[in-house]
Amino acid sequence: MIERALITYITAGDPDKVATLEFLLSMEKYADVIELGIPFSDPMADGKTIQEANFRALKNGFRMKDVFEIVRSFRDHSEKPLILMSYYNPVYRMGFERFFNKARSSGVSATIIVDLPFDEAEEYISLSEKYGIERVFLSAPNTPEERLRRVDELSSFIYLISLYGVTGVRRELSPLALEALKRVKRICRKPVAVGFGISTKEHVRELLKHGADGVVVGSAIVELIGKYGREASPFIEKRLRELRRGLKV
Amino acid sequence: MKFGEFGGRYVPETLIPPLEELESAYRKLKSDEEFQKELNWYLKNYAGRPTPLYFAKNLSEKLGGAKIYLKREDLLHSGAHKINNTLGQALLAKKMDKKRLIAETGAGQHGVATAIAGTLFGLETEIYMGAEDVERQKTNVFRMEILGAHVIPVETGSRTLKDAINEALRDWASNFETTHYLIGSVVGPHPYPTIVRDFQSVIGKETKEQIMEIEGGLPDVIVACVGGGSNAMGIFYPFLEDDVQLIGVEAGGRGIDTEENSASLIKGEKGVLHGMLSYFLQDEDGQMRDTHSIAAGLDYPGVGPEHAYLKDRGRVKYVSVTDDEALRAFLEFSKTEGILPALESAHAIAHAMKIAKEMKRDDIIIVNLSGRGDKDLKIVMEALR
Repeated sequence: MIERALITYITAGDPDKVATLEFLLSMEKYADVIELGIPFSDPMADGKTIQEANFRALKNGFRMKDVFEIVRSFRDHSEKPLILMSYYNPVYRMGFERFFNKARSSGVSATIIVDLPFDEAEEYISLSEKYGIERVFLSAPNTPEERLRRVDELSSFIYLISLYGVTGVRRELSPLALEALKRVKRICRKPVAVGFGISTKEHVRELLKHGADGVVVGSAIVELIGKYGREASPFIEKRLRELRRGLKV
Repeated sequence: MKFGEFGGRYVPETLIPPLEELESAYRKLKSDEEFQKELNWYLKNYAGRPTPLYFAKNLSEKLGGAKIYLKREDLLHSGAHKINNTLGQALLAKKMDKKRLIAETGAGQHGVATAIAGTLFGLETEIYMGAEDVERQKTNVFRMEILGAHVIPVETGSRTLKDAINEALRDWASNFETTHYLIGSVVGPHPYPTIVRDFQSVIGKETKEQIMEIEGGLPDVIVACVGGGSNAMGIFYPFLEDDVQLIGVEAGGRGIDTEENSASLIKGEKGVLHGMLSYFLQDEDGQMRDTHSIAAGLDYPGVGPEHAYLKDRGRVKYVSVTDDEALRAFLEFSKTEGILPALESAHAIAHAMKIAKEMKRDDIIIVNLSGRGDKDLKIVMEALR
């Protein structure tokens, strides 16, 4: 799914579903893979910027069914891979069968459930297979080797968290990032995308230079939506053009 | 480890290694006699254990039914059972060579107990507290700070206890190398529900010895309030295999059929939050609902996974008591026994008063009087106005 890929994240329904579709189409011009987050009342892996995006979406009446509607509309315009990211509870509440059924029929390519480690994921794994949806599991700089091997087996690509902590714009690349990337590349066979705190083209360039197959940028885009609301599209496009420059050799 | 299907470890991958580190450290210390001896020393000489099991003669006679006994956790240093757990976990953190404690708090009771333990064992302590709660509980914020902790208001989400837990988990994911997250109830990812239950089980162990000595037999009923559920698990656990009826009392708030309660076992649905599978008050999309109780310590949309399991197995019966009933029990109990109960514990008292009347004179009810009520005077004053 990924090869020198720019993966960009926004939260569905922030500030509403019409704007989300517009933002997705703006992102689509520059990103290789789109990641769309399902808003949750308790986003414990996220820093302030994405937390606020979650709360804006919920305050404006976001419903679970909206996310599939957004994906379906996106699919009328684009073939690019779209990853649906969620916390476990909204998916648990819906049930895996219904969730994957809707994911498939609306055109979702893969799913990430942040707080569902593979040890708890037996049903998730078997049903994603049944519905032909790809899976992405997370790994972190402190993930032990035997867990990394398991992630490598179960995941389409490895989403490496670059730091200890939550999502959010950081000025510098985490000092853990390159070391962790080197280690994951040594142990795993699948492609590796690095996320959390990736905010500038310099970050992107540095990671690709050290073997990353992709980078995930979220808060650096979501903060523009926080600032410009429904008018954020041109600002998103400008930032993505900039980030894209980090992909060039 | 799970309790049937409940519990588990639903956390981002970053938190798996620190949870495993905690589990293996705890497993070692649990069977380490030196550690247990040291903890017991502090529980006795610093916190004031054992607490009395007191026969509430006035109340029992007034109701004219079963004999009501009170497990006096309100007499502990800090005024509530919370310190059983904070001393245990702080000592555990010390043995794990952590330098810093973080904790969440709702009303401030667990925050105060953590501040105390942090100071006692020389650990830097930071307490996350919802900004809403910081406003409502200014005295407790001041108390924590005087006791040497730093209080961090949490401005996101509903700005209450559940958001304070989210924020503490975020901090822990960033700082686990130096920091122990001292969870205050039988909630969170494994092994926390087990650790907290074990540290609180001292309540039930003592109670069992004391009632055997006083009455020469087991009680008929034990009643405890349930928010996250730590005082209830603590007193229930040593009685799970016995022929004793166990009753957990949840916060019925403004009514069990309104949206404004915190009765997650009675009104909640299965779900996953704060690392555990349990019952939660949530909407049909799985978004957590805002909750309400007059007792801030019960105001949480979830409940410990072992309670969820005990409910489904039918071993513990869960009932609810409204704000008004708890308030009436608070007043009547204070006037009858000369003891101010915490509003949380007043929920348990209210239910015990309901059932005592229907029971025989030689039947025995034990109520876990989990905390004292001085902290609630302002709330009671406002409610009476």
